[in-house]
Amino acid sequence: MAEEKQDVELFSAGHRACGGCGPALAARLLLKATGKNVIVVASTGCMEVFSTPYPETAWEVPWIHSLFENAAAVASGIEASLKKQGRSEKIVCICGDGATFDIGVLCISGAFERGHDITYICYDNEAYMNTGIQRSGATPYGASTTTSPTGTCAPGGNPLPKKDMPAILAAHGAPYVATASIAYPNDFVKKVERAINTPGPCYIQVHTPCCTGWGFESRDTIAISKLAINTGLWVNYEIVNGVVEKAKKVRRVPVEEYLEKQKRFRHLFRPARQDAEIAKIQAIADANAEKFGIDIKLRKPAE
Amino acid sequence: MMEIMEGSHAVAEIVKRCRPQVVSAYPITPQTHIVEDLAQMVASCELDAEYITVESEFSALSACLGASAAGSRVYSATTSQGLILMAEVCFNAAGMRLPIVMTIANRSLGAPLSIWNDQQDTIALRDSGWLQFYAEDNQEIADLHMIAYKVCEDHDILLPAFVCFDGFILTHTYEPVDLPSQEEVDAYLPAFTPYHRLDAAKPLSMGMYATPDYYMEFRYEIDRAMYRARDAFIKAGREFGEQFGRDYSGLVEGYRLDDADVALIAMGSICGTVKDAVDEMRDAGKKVGLLKIRTYRPFPGPEIVEALKGVSTVAVLDKNISLGNGGAVGTEVKSALYGTGISVYDYIIALGGRDVRKRDIAAVVDLAEKGEGDMFYGLRTEVL
Repeated sequence: MAEEKQDVELFSAGHRACGGCGPALAARLLLKATGKNVIVVASTGCMEVFSTPYPETAWEVPWIHSLFENAAAVASGIEASLKKQGRSEKIVCICGDGATFDIGVLCISGAFERGHDITYICYDNEAYMNTGIQRSGATPYGASTTTSPTGTCAPGGNPLPKKDMPAILAAHGAPYVATASIAYPNDFVKKVERAINTPGPCYIQVHTPCCTGWGFESRDTIAISKLAINTGLWVNYEIVNGVVEKAKKVRRVPVEEYLEKQKRFRHLFRPARQDAEIAKIQAIADANAEKFGIDIKLRKPAE
Repeated sequence: MMEIMEGSHAVAEIVKRCRPQVVSAYPITPQTHIVEDLAQMVASCELDAEYITVESEFSALSACLGASAAGSRVYSATTSQGLILMAEVCFNAAGMRLPIVMTIANRSLGAPLSIWNDQQDTIALRDSGWLQFYAEDNQEIADLHMIAYKVCEDHDILLPAFVCFDGFILTHTYEPVDLPSQEEVDAYLPAFTPYHRLDAAKPLSMGMYATPDYYMEFRYEIDRAMYRARDAFIKAGREFGEQFGRDYSGLVEGYRLDDADVALIAMGSICGTVKDAVDEMRDAGKKVGLLKIRTYRPFPGPEIVEALKGVSTVAVLDKNISLGNGGAVGTEVKSALYGTGISVYDYIIALGGRDVRKRDIAAVVDLAEKGEGDMFYGLRTEVL
């Protein structure tokens, strides 16, 4: 990251996020990338709540929150207004995965189809965290949430795969779609810069582990983020004009190194190890590696 | 200049002259002619606005909310199911104090599906914090849009407004309308000056969440603004009368009420029929009059009490039903007249486009005089 960007702090300290909050770090990095000439549109969710309890706000740029599901439509209106006024601010939505993958899809699809010049960022912590860890369309296969709990009839947790939102947005003709991770701040900042400087609707999905919702120590947020990448369960890549480019290559480690550190996957190891379920998740990582060509060299699983 | 034109076209023409910078709407019967006309005006460079063709009414109003927050005058139009789909945004826009003006071509709500007129849609959103104005004819619906922008954008008000006229009965009907010129509209309605806006040069946060320590005060402020809108409407209506010769300084409007024993109360296009029926009843020696409600929100309670002094019986015509508790207007009129000794009877009438004739109005008056009311009027008992 360029030095001048490192000094920029437009997301104030003192907000109400948990220690080790992945989304809070994403917000801070986001504003380093955008600088001051931006209007931020938020959805209802953790970030909105921890950063703007009236009369305090962590946002030192213009910021608006309307509802859970309408950030993309609100941004569409802001863009039209700025165009009419001849103003230059960039418009960036920052919304959780529930707002993006599930309840907001209608508004997002409309905004991307219409081609508004906005950047939509999904901070993906893989469940409805603000309401207490319920399953969303972004929840990975096998994760236990309060609405995809484990039980005698459902030993595996969430039975459904994670929705492929980047592909859905790319299919809308978005000129730039990318995934990123807070474990790689320079990469995330660069991708935001590229998105806001690309005309038309752009989408970035940033992996933001939630220590409270996933069940890991707050000091381990970055380590967990890196493990998601290193297992192949999260892939950082770009889709430019519909073509996948620049997937981050890794020396993959077995998925259980990631799974075993999180309470949401604990049922896969205790009381009895569920080898079949772990193998299914390994297959998801293997498919990701194959699809994006990320393998440098596969290290053999530990004995 | 007086021209014969369709109600929807009159609305589009006056909206154009109000110079909205962003228009966002989704097509729905019977609102479509308005938004088609506006789209054509943008395409023909008659209206210098961004027209956003959204994928739903929900996004239509959300886009208007964003554009208004960014500092633009905005416009939308909808009805019925579309308005109900917008409901969440409606409450939100009022809470955020954004002066959005939206035409409502009043229509019933399903189920069963019905495209025809009643006023259930806007009545269902009476508690949303939007001002609600109801027009009797196409002249009034055109004029009310200019007044609505003036009232909503007043920095002492800053609330959105539904400007309502009856679907098909007015939207698709040709009437003589005197449309002011662009210069005349500009003289009446100044350019929009936002009280606050999203602006990188002056950052602020809009739409923050409030803890129990603050929430009630926000709601109180909206309620106060709604009450202040009473005077703002009267002032804007009076100024309108001074400039254009059509006075709208009344939240209510009386017709032959002076010595009336029985007063009918109604909103919207039905008032025209009621006036003709009143004339006939007067000719027959009955002391009957009409009180038309122009602003349902803010509700003109004191004005109703004042206008009905000397009246012994009131018959409220409700083109809506608060299921399980009678008509919404009747309920509120009863509340306003509590303690006056006036007998108030409520009649649910004309739901889903059921036609109302002069003889129906006379029949309602007869029922009220006999003390029979708080009922559906005109039910086809043979299909029950």
